[in-house]
Amino acid sequence: MKWHEILIRYGEITTKGRNRKLFINRLKENLRYTFADIPNLRIRSERDRMYLSSNVDTEMEELIKRLPHIFGIHSFSPVAQCEPTIEEMGKLAVEIVKDMNYQGKTFKVNAKRSFKKFPMDTYELQRTLGSHVLSSLPGMTVQMKNPDIELRVEVREKAVYMMVDVISGAGGLPIGSNGKALLLLSGGIDSPVAAYYMMKRGVRVEAIHFFSPPFTSDQSLGKVKELCEKISRFGGNIRLHVIPFTEIQQKIQNSVPENVTMTSTRRMMMKVADVVRKEIDAKAIVTGENLGQVASQTLESLAAINAVTTTPILRPLITFDKLEIIEVAKKIGTYDISIRPFEDCCTVFTPANPKTKPRIDKMNYYESFTDFDELIERAVKNREIHTFPKKQTDEFLDFL
Amino acid sequence: MILKDKMIYLDHSATTKPDPAVLQTFVQVNEHYYANPASLHQMGVESNALLSRAREQIADIINTLPEQIIFTSGGSESNNFAIKGLARANKHRGTKILVSSIEHASVLESAKAMEEEGFTIEYIDVDKNGVILIDDLKKKLTKDTVVVSIMHVNNEIGAIQPVAEIAKIVHQNSRAFYHMDAVQSFGKIPVQFTGEDGPDAITVSGHKINALKGSGFLALRKQMNIQPIIHGGGQEMGFRSGTVAVPQDVALAKAVRLAIEKQSKKAAQFSKWRDELHEFFKQFSYVSTLSSSQGAPHIISCAVQGLKGEILVNAMQHEGIIISTSSACSSKDHSVSHVVKAIQVEPSYEKGVIRMSLGEGITDADIAFFKTAFSKVMHQVKEF
Repeated sequence: MKWHEILIRYGEITTKGRNRKLFINRLKENLRYTFADIPNLRIRSERDRMYLSSNVDTEMEELIKRLPHIFGIHSFSPVAQCEPTIEEMGKLAVEIVKDMNYQGKTFKVNAKRSFKKFPMDTYELQRTLGSHVLSSLPGMTVQMKNPDIELRVEVREKAVYMMVDVISGAGGLPIGSNGKALLLLSGGIDSPVAAYYMMKRGVRVEAIHFFSPPFTSDQSLGKVKELCEKISRFGGNIRLHVIPFTEIQQKIQNSVPENVTMTSTRRMMMKVADVVRKEIDAKAIVTGENLGQVASQTLESLAAINAVTTTPILRPLITFDKLEIIEVAKKIGTYDISIRPFEDCCTVFTPANPKTKPRIDKMNYYESFTDFDELIERAVKNREIHTFPKKQTDEFLDFL
Repeated sequence: MILKDKMIYLDHSATTKPDPAVLQTFVQVNEHYYANPASLHQMGVESNALLSRAREQIADIINTLPEQIIFTSGGSESNNFAIKGLARANKHRGTKILVSSIEHASVLESAKAMEEEGFTIEYIDVDKNGVILIDDLKKKLTKDTVVVSIMHVNNEIGAIQPVAEIAKIVHQNSRAFYHMDAVQSFGKIPVQFTGEDGPDAITVSGHKINALKGSGFLALRKQMNIQPIIHGGGQEMGFRSGTVAVPQDVALAKAVRLAIEKQSKKAAQFSKWRDELHEFFKQFSYVSTLSSSQGAPHIISCAVQGLKGEILVNAMQHEGIIISTSSACSSKDHSVSHVVKAIQVEPSYEKGVIRMSLGEGITDADIAFFKTAFSKVMHQVKEF
């Protein structure tokens, strides 16, 4: 099938008032960015529709394949074009419907004639096209209300446009339309899913990862990078801040009682994250925390961890069941990466009996004997920053 | 000692010469990605990444999912695995195994071996061209059939089986799995592996498509119950234990790509030569052609009355041409091949079967040279 253009219907943008244009422009920019590898892409935006096109067929197919992952799009439809003659229209209509799984489906033609000089009126056109399609492709029945397949035809002076498929988009808001947040990315199952939900609400995400060599390996860092690569496909680039965390972690082991090392570690992570957040001018910190999942995620623990900052800490997964999170992780393609069995900074120093109800005053007291601020400052200064998506260099291509 | 470089090699169905590009992949991967892909360390992770890419490439080409490609040591292992693994894991569906009477030994013997475990084997007859009798399949396919194994292209006479029709019959009338040995067809003719019209599992061997000996795979169309026949560390998604041969498998992925890219061009070339040779053999009253113009383009098989195939192989070799008796596997076994028996070749011809199989690097001049040599040999052994 040769498609002429793709019609895009906006998602929640349509509920916006005076700043609608800002949202639309953001979506347009995101599309340009995500499809930077499609050289012939043309984008045309209107108040309630956007049109993408390319004069290269393979590029159109690529667009159709990738559009369902872009936030801010409610649905889209590939549109075909032909000469405004009834013969050509019949041919095109059959060609379009033939590609659908039409057997046993209900069918309807919905025509619009903005070119009023077209020799047939709307009803005649609908009847003629409908009967042509039905006789060429037996196995469908006509139904006017809620048909399975609705062939939409628009007759203009120079051309006729037809579409049939309405493909669901990812919904949500265009990424970047709701500011920026810093995500704590461990490499587990939850944090990429948290990133996905924030991005869906239009938040641009940067990620921070705590790296403790030699306790954690390059492979575990590699895993985090792959996760960033994966979530960057939902539009917009992602910067990953890799914090050298070994020194801080060792200091914690030496300065606080064993059963609260984990709480203290999380508090330090939050402090580090807050310094980075300020530097990159993000407005919030995001975590994949989920109530009651592990010792650090009881309400008491969350309160103790939260106490180190006044920055909003957003926890989009707080009420999810683990199985729900896994389901989404699989859907967005991060699950298989997340479950690779490498140690991360949270699992290396896990105490045998972590305190599930740590007290804030005691935490402050334990930590008061060490100058963590200096360590934090150094860690932030020595961080590595990576940007995703990485330019694709395929080292394996020669072998295959 | 024969000067191998000067010989015209017409025995590509026995095995092929590895493609230089494939060999290069094999050597380089051995040099740089020799780490065990199951290892935890970075080198292992990289080997595994490369292996995954190879698996994805093959899955993409044959239209299935990467986790449904199981790398094996080649055709025989894949056939053993398919028949034994599917039969054992699905015993509750039935205990009958159906195979055609002209299958490769690795299919026939695997099926036979299952008799000891309580399975019954039935054989589907073929016509004179080596194509199975559909009515016989319909008759023998019963509700308690669990595995049907019918090859795509026969290795001795090049007969092509009506795969789509077989698949449809098997899927509509039974709960059996249809396994297809595609060793001789893959890369030579299109192998359909999708939808209800396709087989449920196919066997592909590396060394028949200019990859290395000791490589191959079994591909499954969908997730299905199949029991491993090699137990151990649970490699290959638990289906085939043993350290994965990354260099062989990456080389195989490349060979698969090259074979499919060249397929249509080669098929046209080979068909032309096959038809030319079929025509050529007509001038000898004592030569009967066994392969047909409906068969695979790369296999030409004929029988010479009252002679032993071995004599012809030797005489042709003397002229600088490598051919084989009916198949390499049975060539040292002096009895008549089961395929030749199954297509009911006239008794005075059945011992004189030879096979010419085409592949990379053959030219028009080679075919012309073959004809001259064949005439010369016929003059020596028949027309003296």
